[in-house]
Amino acid sequence: MMQDQSVLAVEGLRSHFFTRAGVVKAVDGVSLHVARGEILGIAGESGSGKSVTAFSILKLVDPPGRVIAGRVDFGGQDLLSCDEESIRRIRGKRIAMIFQDPMMTLNPLMSIADQMVESIKAHERTTRAAALARCAATLEKVGIPDAARRLLAYPHQFSGGMRQRVAIAIALLHKPDLIIADEPTTALDVTIQGQILHEMRQLCDELGMALIWISHDLAVLGNLCDRINVMYAGRVVEAGRAEDLLERPVHPYTRGLVGSVPGNSRRGQELTQIPGMPPNMLDLPDGCAFRPRCPRSGDECAMEIGVRVLGDGREYRCLHPHLESGK
Amino acid sequence: MSEALVDVQGVSKRFGRRLDTVERLARRLGSDISEEIVHAVDAVSLKVAEGEVLGLVGESGCGKSTLGRVISGLLPASSGRVLYRGADPSLLKGDEARAAKLNRQMIFQDPYSSLNPRMQVRGIIGEAPRYHGLCDRAGLEGYIDAIMAKVGLEPSFKDRYPHQFSGGQRQRIGIARALAVKPDFIVCDEPIAALDVSIQAQIINLFMKLRSELGLTYLFISHDLGVVEHLSDTVAIMYLGRIVETAAAEELFSHPNHPYTLALLAEVPRLGGRKKDFSVIKGEIPSPLDPPRGCHFHPRCPHAMPRCAAEIPASREILGGHFSACHLNGG
Repeated sequence: MMQDQSVLAVEGLRSHFFTRAGVVKAVDGVSLHVARGEILGIAGESGSGKSVTAFSILKLVDPPGRVIAGRVDFGGQDLLSCDEESIRRIRGKRIAMIFQDPMMTLNPLMSIADQMVESIKAHERTTRAAALARCAATLEKVGIPDAARRLLAYPHQFSGGMRQRVAIAIALLHKPDLIIADEPTTALDVTIQGQILHEMRQLCDELGMALIWISHDLAVLGNLCDRINVMYAGRVVEAGRAEDLLERPVHPYTRGLVGSVPGNSRRGQELTQIPGMPPNMLDLPDGCAFRPRCPRSGDECAMEIGVRVLGDGREYRCLHPHLESGK
Repeated sequence: MSEALVDVQGVSKRFGRRLDTVERLARRLGSDISEEIVHAVDAVSLKVAEGEVLGLVGESGCGKSTLGRVISGLLPASSGRVLYRGADPSLLKGDEARAAKLNRQMIFQDPYSSLNPRMQVRGIIGEAPRYHGLCDRAGLEGYIDAIMAKVGLEPSFKDRYPHQFSGGQRQRIGIARALAVKPDFIVCDEPIAALDVSIQAQIINLFMKLRSELGLTYLFISHDLGVVEHLSDTVAIMYLGRIVETAAAEELFSHPNHPYTLALLAEVPRLGGRKKDFSVIKGEIPSPLDPPRGCHFHPRCPHAMPRCAAEIPASREILGGHFSACHLNGG
């Protein structure tokens, strides 16, 4: 499953939170890889561990959370065994991150110019004038007109979409090998989301960056990504090429998710719904965590289920997959 | 067309702040301070027929929630009027006024902030029907049980508080609260936007079940075109305070007319679509404090003509029941 040209390969990542109420296995054995120029989508509902996976890759998990096992291979280096100083040189420079809410990640008291120059100077020795020119060029690239003047503005003077563009520009400053984007368009309007998705794909093609895009919106992922990993309760339950996975989901959970997206073909009819609620992460069932909500589950699902592989590169964790041809 | 249950006639809602003394003085001395007025809703006319689901679509800040609140009676209109069963509820007196109020209920977006955290579910659901005399003290328990069962909540949970429920269940409590006073018209303001994907489908199905069981009429406000297309009979598209296009759902999604509707439909990611080109529409929604002249959409519109900046396009019927406000339609 490791590929030669992988920018990033995660193997058996486990991040647990040791809270007073018990151990939350937020990420419990996640493996994924992403190649140069590739866009990998991570799909999942809230609490499925998709953000914690991203934080774990950059060693950003705060106590009471801890990465307890796994390997994060980035260009031949295991990030998890790096010391704080070497990971700091990678963060922001070779792996950048974009968060959901740009109002929370930009400093409201600093001008855009100061914030951008700061992140250049954190990694390079350069003059302020040279840094400012680079900032302006990067802002233009993400579609902010009149960039030289806008650099002097403060975050509150930008709209939500423009703020997210600034956050993307900061991520692009060092031309990173990999960008991890955690629900970056969830807070934005559809027309603005469309613009940003379009620009991100162009940038990936142009710069050969790898991109990990985390979202709960399968339709966005289907339109943007090359491959999709679907997470449930801290595990990747299905992974595969985007169009195959959305057209012929194999795991009952993926199938339920795809069926529950309203589309024009079934107007007015009842949507296929996944019964029950997302699991309590403090008290997960043994074996397959989806078992209590799954229409196909049986007693055998209570045992540990390994990753199975299909011919087209699809991987899934299920004893009762939808393998029959057709819908 | 059958008699409209709700008839919105030229409703506008403006929010503003009056100048204080110092500012008034400054203006008198020649400063160019003026009152800041947001035209949240600008001369909107709509009809909702009995038993119909009207989907109201727009991006954030377009005034769709404000319009929903005016229609449900939570906010007074600045001008224009909302008729319910042919009468203006604000002019009614006594029992008629009360009935008109109870018949129009609202379900809110955020199931966390719209429920009182210090009230048990029995109170949240039971308070209004008890107060309005829809059931007596003896019958209240049974009444609450029946409503909870109807929205898919376990009646034995009625002594719990909102924080003990998940988002989807809280939204069911919000729905039960609205249903408890036996309304016939419900304004649903983004009721599923805050929920997880797998839970959204459950709530959409619940809305459809309740509609067929109780014969409800919905004004369904959402930014999610997929959800609106799935649920609605008629769809109205709103942009910066004005309705730009209204049509039956099939008609609107198969033959959109207004450039803004076209752009919205093009931008919405769909499951079937792969690697399609986004970004048909440029720029951002202008500030409602200072909306563009003429057609509000003209600065972003690919077909804008000089006339669009000068003149507000009137809503024209381009086909039976399909209205669009765009100068491209001639006239």
